[in-house]
Amino acid sequence: MSALLEVKNLKVGYGKIVAVKDISITVNQGEIVTLIGSNGAGKSTTLRTISGLLKPKSGEILFEGNRIDGKEGHEVVKLGICQSPEGRRIFPRMTVSENLDLGAFLRSDKDAVAADRERVLDLFPRLRERISQRAGTMSGGEQQMLAVSRALMGAPKLLMLDEPSMGLAPVLVDMIFETITKIREQGITILLIEQNAAAALDVADRAYVLESGTIKMSGKASDLAKDPAVTKAYLGG
Amino acid sequence: MGKLKATVAAKKFTGTRGQVRRKRIETSGALIIAALMVLWLGVNLIKAPTQFAQVTVLGLRNGLLYALIALGYTLVYGIIELINFAHGDLFMLGALFSSYFITIWFHQENSNLAGWLTFVAALFAAMLFCGTINVLIERLAYRKLRRAPKLAPLITAVGMSFLLQFVGIKWNGSTPRQWPTVIPHGEYVWFGVIISHVTIILILVAAPLLGSLTFVVNKTKQGKAMRATAQDQDAARLMGIDVNKTISFTFALGGALAGAAGLLYQQSIGTTNYNLGFQLGLIAFTSAVLGGIGSLNGAVLGALLIGIVQGLNDGLPIALGQKWSQSVVFTILILILVLKPAGLLGKVTTEKV
Repeated sequence: MSALLEVKNLKVGYGKIVAVKDISITVNQGEIVTLIGSNGAGKSTTLRTISGLLKPKSGEILFEGNRIDGKEGHEVVKLGICQSPEGRRIFPRMTVSENLDLGAFLRSDKDAVAADRERVLDLFPRLRERISQRAGTMSGGEQQMLAVSRALMGAPKLLMLDEPSMGLAPVLVDMIFETITKIREQGITILLIEQNAAAALDVADRAYVLESGTIKMSGKASDLAKDPAVTKAYLGG
Repeated sequence: MGKLKATVAAKKFTGTRGQVRRKRIETSGALIIAALMVLWLGVNLIKAPTQFAQVTVLGLRNGLLYALIALGYTLVYGIIELINFAHGDLFMLGALFSSYFITIWFHQENSNLAGWLTFVAALFAAMLFCGTINVLIERLAYRKLRRAPKLAPLITAVGMSFLLQFVGIKWNGSTPRQWPTVIPHGEYVWFGVIISHVTIILILVAAPLLGSLTFVVNKTKQGKAMRATAQDQDAARLMGIDVNKTISFTFALGGALAGAAGLLYQQSIGTTNYNLGFQLGLIAFTSAVLGGIGSLNGAVLGALLIGIVQGLNDGLPIALGQKWSQSVVFTILILILVLKPAGLLGKVTTEKV
């Protein structure tokens, strides 16, 4: 297995506040890797930095062996890293269809884009029903489906999902996690951020536990799910 | 259970009471104004129908000019939520540039073929000139302040407005300057209403420009990037949109329209002055607010309405007359801000956090 993404000793801050102190993670080709941890642990900051929305204070980010820290957000997308951000961030005044088109903004291969569109609409049939509805008028669950679909429309090599289950009804949470497994079966590597640690550890191959901007533990997801410290802190056991 | 429902209902009602009251003020205010307008227009229409049509045509013509400028305000506001106070002054520079281009650099003073060709060349040159300046203004003055508190770029825009006015004084001199015009100055008479060649040329230039803008914003990839950036910059970045480039493109579009307006103004009025931007800029800004700032259709609608109201006020037998022209425009601004802050076609926006 080769490393698709490597983050080495990442440090990121907002002004004087340091949100990520020292984080090193590796995501291998074809894996589902999850970052779990409580609010403010630095999970979203890590993802935003990988996506080029934030600039690291120090550390390195390598994608397919090349440095990508310091690249602008739109350049990172071009390399094949797509993100479904925290809070969904869909374009509320545009239709579902327009949102999906924007996901494929950088692609010029029209046939492949049309095929991907069919593929994501098969993944989320609900979106097909709402294809010409304004995205802002949909329910939270539908918006989340759209955010994931939009990221998939960029034909990512690495798909990053920031809290895809946040604020959703339990039945939808199950559905989202099932879909995550399906997406991986299509050959897409996934980096998943979750507060719902139990569900995340269930679908992931490996996991990192973040606490106050550092990595507290890491290992196989199935091992971490059984670890007493993790169960106590994050699984409510 | 029943009691609980009742309290919930009561709560709901108090929650919306403010809105209901606001709605009532809006509707009754709008109704009173509409009634007074209809009365005023009706009396004038009966008294002098031809004159009425005449001033409406003139008003529409001015309205088109305002629309070209108003779009620059609304485009920039739509994408970075900045009132670009320097925009009117950019229009003034466009008018000065056109004067120099046609009269001083290409020596055209008459309405003949050479003159018309120079006019067409001046149109493209002025659009390019103002578009470039607007891009530079954003690059040098506003970009660094994009994440600063909103007051900072606003004050910078006011400063930029002064800077451009001083360029105008240096270039034009501090007094109004008269220029020869090269567009034909004949007229058609249609049912007693004079439609001048100037009016026709203005429509022939402005209408395709407005149409192209709508096309660019709604149908092209660049337009899609603009709309996405306007709604959520970070999300746009995550789609692979180059946000800086998109904002530059927006400033280029707004600037180009201001350049076209500058040429049209200079050629239809024949006078330039360094403070043109202040006068017309404020009127165009009012138009953009009337239509709903951020809305392209709104800017055009607002500009046409302001143009017509101004035309009617200046030219009808029973009206306040030209010396009240500006006061009427700004009274409209105040009334919109009180009665319908989102404008005629604007969306109610919540403050972004």
